[in-house]
Amino acid sequence: MTDVTAGAPERARGGSLLEGSARTKRRRAREWRMKAYGIGAIVLSLATLFVMLATILMDGVSAFRQATITFPVTVDAVIVDKAGNRNPEEMAKVTTIGYKRLLSQAFVAHLAAEGIDTAGVPEKDLGDMLSDDGPARLRDRVLADPSLVGQVVEVSVYATGRIDGYLKGRVTRATAERDTNVTPEQLDLADNLVAAGILTMPFNWGFLTGPDASDLRPEASGLGVAIIGSLYMMVLVAIFTVPVGVAASIYLEEFAPKNRLTDLIEVNISNLAAVPSIVFGILGLAIFINFMGLPQSSSLVGALVISLMTLPTIIIATRAAIRAVPPSIREAALGIGASKMQLVFHHVLPLAMPGIMTGTILGLASALGETAPLLLIGMVAFVTNYPAGPFEGGVMDPATALPVQVYSWASRSDPAFIERSSGAIIVLLVFLVIMNVAAILLRRRFERRW
Amino acid sequence: MSVFLILTVLGVLALAGFVLARQRAMALAGGDARRLHSRPNYYGWHGSIMAAVPAMLFLAVWQIVQPMVIESRLSGMFPPEMVQDDSARTLLFADVRRIAAGLESAIASGAMSADEASALDAGAVRDRLAATGVALGADVQPETLAAAQEYRGLATVGGLWRTVLVLALAVAGLAYAIKLTGPEFRARNRVEGVVLALLMLASTIAILTTVGIVLSMLSESIRFFGMYPIQDFFFGLTWSPAFQGNSQLGLLPLLWGTLYITLISMLVAVPVGLFAAIYLAEFADARVRAVVKPLIEVIAGIPTVVFGLFALVTVGPLVRDWIAMPTGLGNSGSSVVTAGIVIGILNIPFISSLSDDIITAVPQSLRDGSLGLGATKAETVTQVVLPAALPGIVGAVLMATSRAIGETMIVTMGAGAAAQLNLNPFEAMTTITVKIVSQLTGDTEFNSPETLVAFALGISLFVITLCLNVFALWIVRKYREQYE
Amino acid sequence: MNDMRLVERDVSNRQAKIEARGVQVHYGEKHALKDVDVAILDRTVTAFIGPSGCGKSTFLRCLNRMNDTVASAKVAGRITLDGQDIYDPRIDPVQLRAKVGMVFQKPNPFPKSIYENVAYGPKIHGLARSKAELDEIVETSLKKAALWNEVKDRLAAPGTGLSGGQQQRLCIARAVATAPEVLLMDEPCSALDPIATAQVEELIDELRSQFSVVIVTHSMQQAARVSQKTAFFHLGSLVEYGETGQIFTTPQDPRTEAYITGRIG
Repeated sequence: MTDVTAGAPERARGGSLLEGSARTKRRRAREWRMKAYGIGAIVLSLATLFVMLATILMDGVSAFRQATITFPVTVDAVIVDKAGNRNPEEMAKVTTIGYKRLLSQAFVAHLAAEGIDTAGVPEKDLGDMLSDDGPARLRDRVLADPSLVGQVVEVSVYATGRIDGYLKGRVTRATAERDTNVTPEQLDLADNLVAAGILTMPFNWGFLTGPDASDLRPEASGLGVAIIGSLYMMVLVAIFTVPVGVAASIYLEEFAPKNRLTDLIEVNISNLAAVPSIVFGILGLAIFINFMGLPQSSSLVGALVISLMTLPTIIIATRAAIRAVPPSIREAALGIGASKMQLVFHHVLPLAMPGIMTGTILGLASALGETAPLLLIGMVAFVTNYPAGPFEGGVMDPATALPVQVYSWASRSDPAFIERSSGAIIVLLVFLVIMNVAAILLRRRFERRW
Repeated sequence: MSVFLILTVLGVLALAGFVLARQRAMALAGGDARRLHSRPNYYGWHGSIMAAVPAMLFLAVWQIVQPMVIESRLSGMFPPEMVQDDSARTLLFADVRRIAAGLESAIASGAMSADEASALDAGAVRDRLAATGVALGADVQPETLAAAQEYRGLATVGGLWRTVLVLALAVAGLAYAIKLTGPEFRARNRVEGVVLALLMLASTIAILTTVGIVLSMLSESIRFFGMYPIQDFFFGLTWSPAFQGNSQLGLLPLLWGTLYITLISMLVAVPVGLFAAIYLAEFADARVRAVVKPLIEVIAGIPTVVFGLFALVTVGPLVRDWIAMPTGLGNSGSSVVTAGIVIGILNIPFISSLSDDIITAVPQSLRDGSLGLGATKAETVTQVVLPAALPGIVGAVLMATSRAIGETMIVTMGAGAAAQLNLNPFEAMTTITVKIVSQLTGDTEFNSPETLVAFALGISLFVITLCLNVFALWIVRKYREQYE
Repeated sequence: MNDMRLVERDVSNRQAKIEARGVQVHYGEKHALKDVDVAILDRTVTAFIGPSGCGKSTFLRCLNRMNDTVASAKVAGRITLDGQDIYDPRIDPVQLRAKVGMVFQKPNPFPKSIYENVAYGPKIHGLARSKAELDEIVETSLKKAALWNEVKDRLAAPGTGLSGGQQQRLCIARAVATAPEVLLMDEPCSALDPIATAQVEELIDELRSQFSVVIVTHSMQQAARVSQKTAFFHLGSLVEYGETGQIFTTPQDPRTEAYITGRIG
C-alpha cells in the first residue's frame, strides 16, 4: 500500500495490483480466522450432537436384548395347589415365594440333567440367577390356566440384571468380586449356560410392553405404561389444542379488531411461549389437581398441562399458515358475495390446512419430549398397573410418560437402569423422528407456491 | 344422571335441532331453498346451537357453583374453630368429599346398601371403606361423617335439579329456534355471530392461562409468606428445609446457583452459536447452508431429558475425571460446569438460528457499501453487519438466558442438590427449578412452608424470565422496525 | 436547469483507464452480458444508459468485481485497469475495490456516526498513520463531496439521520476517502428528489477533475448533463459507445435512436 501524502488521500497512481501488500495479507488472514472459528463452531456443535446420540445409542441398544434362561418346570401340585381341586381362587393363596422355590428346584435339576458343571456355586446362588420376575409370571400363567398343574412346562425366565449385565459387558469378574448380588462363579456358570444354549439373548419385547419394575429387578422393567401414558396424552393434547388453536388463530388473523384486548392477547401468546415449562407444572398442580380435584399422575392432567404449554406454539404456526394464503383468494371469495365467515371456512382454512397440520405435528413432537411439568403433577410415580382403555376412564388412571420414565430410571442407583433409560430415549427418539418425518413429508406433499 | 350422560343427551338434542330446524325451514319455503334468507344448513346449525350451547353453559356454571354452595351450607355443621383456618378448612372438606365419594362407590359396587350407608357410624366408616378400596388417612370425626352424609344428600338433590334444568333449557332452546325459523329469518348471521363469539373465546385462553399462572402462584405464595417472613425468603443466605419445622428457606443460594449455571451456559452458547450463525449467514454457500442449518436445529428438537442423561452419564464424569479431580477442585460428577456446558449446548441452535435470522435481515445494501469500499467479508461482518444487528442479537441472547434460567431437567440431573453460595464451578450447586421439583414431588400436603415455598420460587422464576422476555421482545421489535 | 448542458465534449486526448474486451456475464442460465468491448477514459465521466435489465449495472459491477459476491455470476473476457487484468487470480479484489470505488443506487450509510462512515475506508486500508491524518482525510473527503459545511458541527451524529441527498453525498465522501482512481456510480440519484439530484450531479462534474467516473443512469437527461462519453446497452449488448453529444444528436444505430426518442425502453 502506498503512503498517504499528508493531508490528502491522494495516492501515487500506479503501483501494481498484482503484488498483494503485507497489510492485505494480514487482513485476509483475519478473514480466514473468522471462517475457521465459524467452521469450528459448527463442527463442535455437530460433533457434540453426534457424540450425545452415539453414547445414548451405544448405552441403550442393549436394552432391547435380555438374558433369558429357558428350562422345563414341572408344575408341582403339592406346591401350587394344596387343596388339589384346581380352583384358581384357592390356588391364588400360594404366593410367588412358593413358585420361586419351584423354579429354583427345576433350574437346579435341569442343570444337573444337562450335566453342567456348577462347581463353586451353591444351590441358593443358582436360584438367585433367576429374576424375581419369573415366579410372578409363572404364577400368573398357572392361575390363568389351572390345567398346567402337574404338567411339565417350558419356561423362559429373565436372568438377573447382573447376569444380563455380564453378557452385555457391564459387569465384569472384577466388579463381581465387590458385589454382594453376584459372584464370579455365577459368571463362569453363565458362560457355560450360554455355551449349552440354556442362557440366550433374545429380543426383549418385555422392554416395550412390560410395566415398570422395582429397583431390585431392573431386568423386568418395561416401557408399556409409559408408552400408553404418552399415547393418551398426545391424543388428548391434539384434541384440546387443535380446535382451540385454530379457532384462536382464525379470530386473531381474520376478525380481531386492532384494540387493547387483541394487543394484550398477542403479547400474552408470545410471552407464554417463553415461560419456563416448569411453571406450567405448578399451574397444573395448583389448578387441575388441588382446585379442580382431578386425579394425580393421570394422563388427563398431563395432557391439560401440556396443552396449555403447546397452545402458543400451535397458534403461532397456524397463524403463519393462515397468513400465507394470498389476498387474491380472499378478494375473489368476497368479490362473489361470500361472507367473511364463509371465506374463512370454505377457502382460507382448507388452503392453510397442510401448514396447520405441519405446525401441529411439530408442536406435538416437542410436547412429547416435555418432562419437567409432568414431574410436578405426579407422573414420576412408580406405576405398575396399566391404565384402563381410553373409553373406560383410562385417562384418569395413574400413568407415566416416556420422558418421565427416562428421568426416573436415570435417577435410580443400579447402573442397569442407565441402559434402560438410554433404551427409553431410543424409543422416544424413534417416535420423534417419525413425527418430524411426517411433518416434512406433509410439507413437501402439499407445499404450494403462490 | 351423570355429566357424561347429560352431554350425550345434549348431543342428541343438538342433532335433533339440526334436522328439525332445517326441515321446518325447507317446509316453510315450500321446498325451494332459494326463497330462504340463508342456506338451509344454517337453519339446522342454528337449531343445534340453540339446543346445546345455552344448556352447556348452564351446566358448566352449575358444576362450578354447586360445590361452593354445598360447602357453605355444610360449614355451619362444624364447630367454628374447625373451619376458621383456611388450610384446615380445605383439608376438612377434602375429607368430607372423599368419604361421600367412598360411600357412593361402595353403594355402586354393591358392597353396601343405601340404607346401610346412611346408617353407618363414625367409628366403622374407615374400616368399611377400606374394605371397598377407599383409603382414609385418619379416623373419622362424627361431624365429618354427618357432613359427608349431608353432602351426599345435597349432591343427589343438586344432581337431580341439574339434570332437569339443563334438559329443560335445551328443549326450550330447541323450541325457540324452531319458532324463529322462517324464510325471512337471518339464520346465517345468527350462526356466524355465535361462531365468532366461540372464536373469540378461544383466543382469550392465552390470557386465562396467564391469569391462572399468576393467580395460582400468587395465592399460594401469599399463604407461604403468612408462615415464613418475606424478607427471610428474599434475602436469606441459607437453604435448609427440614420437615420437622424450623426450615431456613433463603432464595439467594438458589438464585446464585441458577445465575452461575446460566453464565457458564452462555459462555458456551453465545460464542459457538454466534460464530456458527456468522459463518452460515455470511460465508457458507447455499448447499452447505441447506444441510448444516437443519442439522444444528436437530439439537433444538431433542428433549431436554436426553441432555440431562447426557450430563449425568457422559459430561459429568468427564469433567470430574479430567478437570476437577486432577486440579483438586472437586470430586462431584454433578457440578455447575457440567450443567452449564450442557445447557450451553442446548442453547446453541437457539442462538444460532435467531442470530442467523437477524444477521440475514441486515440489508444487503450495507454489505455492498462496505465491500464496495474494499473491505473484506470479515471486516464487513465485524464492523458493519454485527453493529447493525447488535440489538437483535442482544435480544436473542436475553431470550436464551431466560431459557437457561428456566431449564429444569438438565440441572435436576446434572447440577446437584446442594444449595450453596460458592465460587468454585466444579462443586455441585442447585437452582430454583431443581428446588421447585424437589419440594413438590412425592407426597406433599399443601400446608407447610416447605411445600408452599415452591410457589414463591415459581413466581420468582416467572417474574425473572418474564422481564427478560418482555425486554428481549421489545429490543427485537425495535430492531425489526429499524429495517422495515 | 439546462437539460442539454453538453460541456467539454473533447476528451479524446485522455488515455484509457479501464479497457474491457469481450466481456461475457452469465447468471446461472441467463446470459446477462454479451461480448462487451469498451475503453473508459481517465478523468472523464462515462454514462451507461439503456432500458432496465439491459446489463448496464451488471457491467458496472464487473469493473470492481462486485459480481464476485453473487454466487451464480460467471464473468468471462478481459478487463484491465491501467493495463493489469483485474480478474488475474493473483489480484485480491479487496485491493482492487480500494482503487475502484463504488456508490450505490440507494444511499446506504452505515449505522455509525458521520465521521466513522467516512473514516471506515481509510481505516481498513490503513491510509492514515495518526488520528490527525484521519481527521484530515475525513474533512477533505467531506469537502470534496460538498457536504462539509452542512455536517462539520455534527460529525458524531449518526449518518442515517441525514436527509436522502446528504446521505448519498456522505456515501460519495465515503468512497472518495479511500482515494480511488475510478468511481463507479450505480444510478446514484434514482432515490433522490430533484434538488438533491442537482447537488449530486454538480458534485459528479467536480469529481471529474480527479477521478474517472462511470455512472449508470436510466435518465437520458442526466447522462447528457453530466457525461462526456456515453455507452448505450440493450438486451445485454453494448450497442453504441461514443461522445455524449454525438450519441444524443446523431446516433449511428437505429436502436439507439429508438431509445433516445423514447420508442423503446
